[in-house]
Amino acid sequence: KIESLKVTVDFLKVPLGLKKPPLKEALAAVPGPGRPKPLGVERHKPRRSDTMDNESQYSGYSYKSGHSRSSRKHRDRRDRHRSKSRDGSRGDKSVTIQAPGEPLLDNESTRGDERDDNWGETTTVVTGTSEHSISHDDITRITKDMEDSAHLDCSRHLGVSLAGALALLAFLTPLAFMLLPQLLWREELEPCGTPCEGLFISVAFKLLILLLGSWALFFRRPKAFFPRVFVFRALLMVLVFLLVVSYWLFYGVRILDSRDRNYQGVVQYAVSLVDALLFVHYLAVVLLELRQLQPQFTLKAVRSADGASRFYNVGHLSIQRAAVWILENYYHDFPVYNPALLNLPKSVLSKKMSGFKVYSLGEENTTNNSTGQSRAVIAAAARRRDNSHNEYYYEEAEHERRVRKRRARLVVAVEEAFTHIKRLQEEDQKNPREIMDPREAAQAIFASMARAMQKYLRTTKQQPYHTMESILQHLEFCITHDMTPKVRGGHGGRYLTAGPTIQYHKDRWLAKQWTLVSEEPVTNGLKDGVVFVLKRQDFSLVVSTKKIPFFKLSEEFVDPKSHKFVMRLQSETSV
Amino acid sequence: YFIFFSFQQRIEIHKLRQGDNLILGFSIGGGIDQDPTQNPFSEDKTDKGIYVTRVTEGGPAEVAGLQIGDKIMQVNGWDMTMVTHDQARKRLTKRNEEVVRLLVTRQSLQKAVQQSMMS
Repeated sequence: KIESLKVTVDFLKVPLGLKKPPLKEALAAVPGPGRPKPLGVERHKPRRSDTMDNESQYSGYSYKSGHSRSSRKHRDRRDRHRSKSRDGSRGDKSVTIQAPGEPLLDNESTRGDERDDNWGETTTVVTGTSEHSISHDDITRITKDMEDSAHLDCSRHLGVSLAGALALLAFLTPLAFMLLPQLLWREELEPCGTPCEGLFISVAFKLLILLLGSWALFFRRPKAFFPRVFVFRALLMVLVFLLVVSYWLFYGVRILDSRDRNYQGVVQYAVSLVDALLFVHYLAVVLLELRQLQPQFTLKAVRSADGASRFYNVGHLSIQRAAVWILENYYHDFPVYNPALLNLPKSVLSKKMSGFKVYSLGEENTTNNSTGQSRAVIAAAARRRDNSHNEYYYEEAEHERRVRKRRARLVVAVEEAFTHIKRLQEEDQKNPREIMDPREAAQAIFASMARAMQKYLRTTKQQPYHTMESILQHLEFCITHDMTPKVRGGHGGRYLTAGPTIQYHKDRWLAKQWTLVSEEPVTNGLKDGVVFVLKRQDFSLVVSTKKIPFFKLSEEFVDPKSHKFVMRLQSETSV
Repeated sequence: YFIFFSFQQRIEIHKLRQGDNLILGFSIGGGIDQDPTQNPFSEDKTDKGIYVTRVTEGGPAEVAGLQIGDKIMQVNGWDMTMVTHDQARKRLTKRNEEVVRLLVTRQSLQKAVQQSMMS
């Protein structure tokens, strides 16, 4: 089984993903009745997620072009859910509570909007493969993935196991130093009383501290897999290795060979090794943890698709670690990527379709022709009077008005719905049939606001992000914790503003595969002016670095008694 | 073309008796204890001299030729460029003086042609 959902950052690996044509258009061409769909028709239900197949590169599922790694998992899940409830209503005229897993808002009704607008313009796109076949590209992609992930796994495990072996060696060495004389030439050893016992105790505790410290520092779940070796870690490992080797060398020569009889000396030798290891651990703490805490650089992360940008302060990090830092913050800072909001409405852009035809009279100068022609076309197009900005403006204003109207309706519906629910007080006498747990309470009041919610989400093009299940869960959550309706539908509530990506259901939105593109080697440290790009399939994050300036603070002492004031005089006297 | 220059003028004012007071018929502003930036007549806003801010119509000052915006340099030989507002007032309103002779500086805007003709 192909292992999926690993956190990976692949260096310079541009995803091979084939750009699946939006299924919307394919299905829009399917002739069908208008809004109220006949119930019970076995429609080929499109994958809702295709319209929002943005975040996940490989967990992106496509009906038509076969299996990618995690798509199989998701598709199985979906198929199971689909088979459970086929009688759910499709139109938006009636509201019924459907089984979980079904999207609240039918995709076809969404497409209904667009279809009305651009009925003449949809094209049928044939993807060439059926539901159950695998296209050739996917095969190559999958095998490439397998090889890469296998290769990366190997190297990762190698590194970890090497470090573990070294740590174990370093840990056991002092014990070995102390035990070997006892085992080999116990009879000849000088007896060593109190000082040795003291040294034994100190060795024991120092080793314990070392163990705890190493556990705290190193034995953490890695939050990301880096494409290149961690320079500092490698350095530390080499250092520890050299230390241990040199100690063994001296031990072998001076003590084992010559069978030194001064046991206290041997024990002190072991203690000095433990001290040295503790200092190496201190060095590790400073290099790996402390150095990056003090902010030195400001990183600006800009999403290429819609221009959302944020600034972060980081310390001295390598490029790959800075990339992981940015990604960690990306998921809770950036509003979720909604490609439906990006494009200008088609009615605005369609006017631009007509182009200019260029005729060249006279001699043909073949080398300059193409550039000259294109430049002429562009210049002519720019000079032509173009009123599409007007339409864009009115379209925007109209959309804004619509959204506000729907939002008002939603807020009112939510507030009203919440008045129907009250927390059960101890002293209330109600028969057990009327008492509901949060889930049932949520379902009970959901019906009254479902329609308003649906319309609002459709207007703001957020409906792919919220399944009915997620809405019910959120309702349950709010009811359980006595939250006011504002959390649900109030100003700045969860559905009114596009929240950060991490808020949405994990499996769908948190795709974890990003590609780091950088001109400098990624283990280089950050410097002023470094730019690197974190790529996903549909968009990328462009990160640029600026050094935090050096501040010159000077002191100025102000005596509190020095605050004195006078009146401004301008008198005029007549004489 | 126009040029902006200042010239000095000697003005002799005969005080007018009004009841118990001798009045001159103008108002002054300025002084070293005042705020020079509020002075609308001065060219240099750090000038703390005494300026004529108003001239009553038909009063002795107007008759004598004093104009609004004049800077008073001397009064009867007393210097007025470094005095407080109150000191200036006192010097102008001495009860035992019936005539005050002022040395004033006036800024004027004249046509150069006219000036050359006059000289």
